[in-house]
Amino acid sequence: MSDHAVFILSAYLAGLVILGGLTIASLSARTKVRRELAARGLERPREQRARASR
Amino acid sequence: MVDLHFLANPARFRRFSQRVLPSLSFATVLAFCVGLYFALVQSPPDYQQGETVRIMFVHVPSAWLSMAGYGLLAVLGAALLVWRHPLAALMARAAAPVGACFALVCLLTGSLWGRPMWGTYWVWDARLTSMLLLFFLYLGHIALSRAYDDPDRGDRAAAILALIGAINLPIIKFSVDWWNTLHQPASVARLGGPSIHPAILLPLLWMAGSFLLLFILLVLVRTETEIDRRRLENTDQIADQNA
Repeated sequence: MSDHAVFILSAYLAGLVILGGLTIASLSARTKVRRELAARGLERPREQRARASR
Repeated sequence: MVDLHFLANPARFRRFSQRVLPSLSFATVLAFCVGLYFALVQSPPDYQQGETVRIMFVHVPSAWLSMAGYGLLAVLGAALLVWRHPLAALMARAAAPVGACFALVCLLTGSLWGRPMWGTYWVWDARLTSMLLLFFLYLGHIALSRAYDDPDRGDRAAAILALIGAINLPIIKFSVDWWNTLHQPASVARLGGPSIHPAILLPLLWMAGSFLLLFILLVLVRTETEIDRRRLENTDQIADQNA
């Protein structure tokens, strides 16, 4: 990628870090809230949901 | 036309999103694998930009989606203020950080492209400045929606900002035509058709599709979380009232 490789790879790395970080944060927030709902009996835990859908 | 009114009910939206998410996640990962192969390996260097054209495969889709995301915020803001749509506020809360991240990726990758091509990371030209303003509008929306103890007041204030800030969208789009800017004019969405060679245009459109899938995926996941979070807050309020 010639002498501009550092700029190209940095751009892809920036995209990966920002969007990957947002994806991980979004998924972990979803898991946390679901766990809280399950703890209060407002939502069935994942294993129970899977069993019920079978 | 597909009737999307059935999604207005948060519980129904949640069920819909839970059904769609697994296949959407798979499609997003697959689309990115193919897209990155084309963007980094298969596509040829540009005759003027050389290899740095590969930055465009990240920069341009993130610019498009950050603008589309703000358009979505404006529509949701109108839906909240005019029709008091139950899902609009929750979806706006979910979409604002996603749009902000896409705007940040656009600014950073544009800056990394600008250094080898223009000789500078940043210039205060109309396109770059209006894009930076869009990023700040996103930050303002996020801050406003969380600034009040009463979430409804925060949502309404953020909706007004979204509607006012939408004026910036045509400014971003036409800034390169209205003012003499260092940023090049539109080369894909223009009246005479795209001016890019298909060998570069097709990977660009593919990457734009992949980014769109990621955007939808993130908004669905975050909206679902916001619905669940609101349920938790409601149960807390009921428990407080009963105590």
